[in-house]
Amino acid sequence: MRKTLFALVCTVLLLAALGGCATVPPWERGTLAKPVMSVDPPPQEKQQKLRTYGAKEAGAAATGVGGGGCGCN
Amino acid sequence: MLARRMTPRFGHAALIVLAALVPTSLAWSVAPGQTAPACSAAPIDGGRTASLADYRGKVVYLDFWASWCAPCRESFPFMNELQGDLADKGLQIIAVSVDKTADDARRFLERYPAKFTIVLDTKGACPAAFGLEGMPSSYIIDRTGAVRVVHVGFRESDRTELRRQLTELLAGGK
Repeated sequence: MRKTLFALVCTVLLLAALGGCATVPPWERGTLAKPVMSVDPPPQEKQQKLRTYGAKEAGAAATGVGGGGCGCN
Repeated sequence: MLARRMTPRFGHAALIVLAALVPTSLAWSVAPGQTAPACSAAPIDGGRTASLADYRGKVVYLDFWASWCAPCRESFPFMNELQGDLADKGLQIIAVSVDKTADDARRFLERYPAKFTIVLDTKGACPAAFGLEGMPSSYIIDRTGAVRVVHVGFRESDRTELRRQLTELLAGGK
């Protein structure tokens, strides 16, 4: 009984969350097309941000190190 | 045992979720063979509002573009070429800007000049009427006002095929 109730609540929550989904028609994607809206910033900008982050947190290579493992990055 | 009893319920839930997702992927859009929907927009350089129906009797290359659309930059030189080569054979190119502001469209046109008719549809009524599936989209409309070709996107490699379709239609072929 409890599990059924839990499943029901989950389903209702999931359906409620689906209500937040919206389809943006192709001709209205002008704002979405702006660089600032990209999920991942351009590689160079990302590299810069990681570098700043590493310096601020005083944790070199806190987010992993690029390179082939020779430690020379 | 409890889990087995619950399975059909989850089945129903999954069905409801799927049903909720279906309409988003089945939006209506114009297909070849259908009559082009009514659409009117204001020319960018002023003047009276132009309607698609005014060009009945001409082969129309209707293109939807926006300043933020990257492939549109490639399509402009192509349309300039078409205008130069096929305009005197009865081709009418209409490029509809779907930008929200006219200034965005003008800035784009400064960088990518156009020799053909540009109209503004800041409200997006025309693209909605055609049910665009992507940007840019172009429609080849024959002399009777029927849509012949629906072309989504633009690549350099599309040039030959589009030009062939237009030339055939202008020559009166199928």
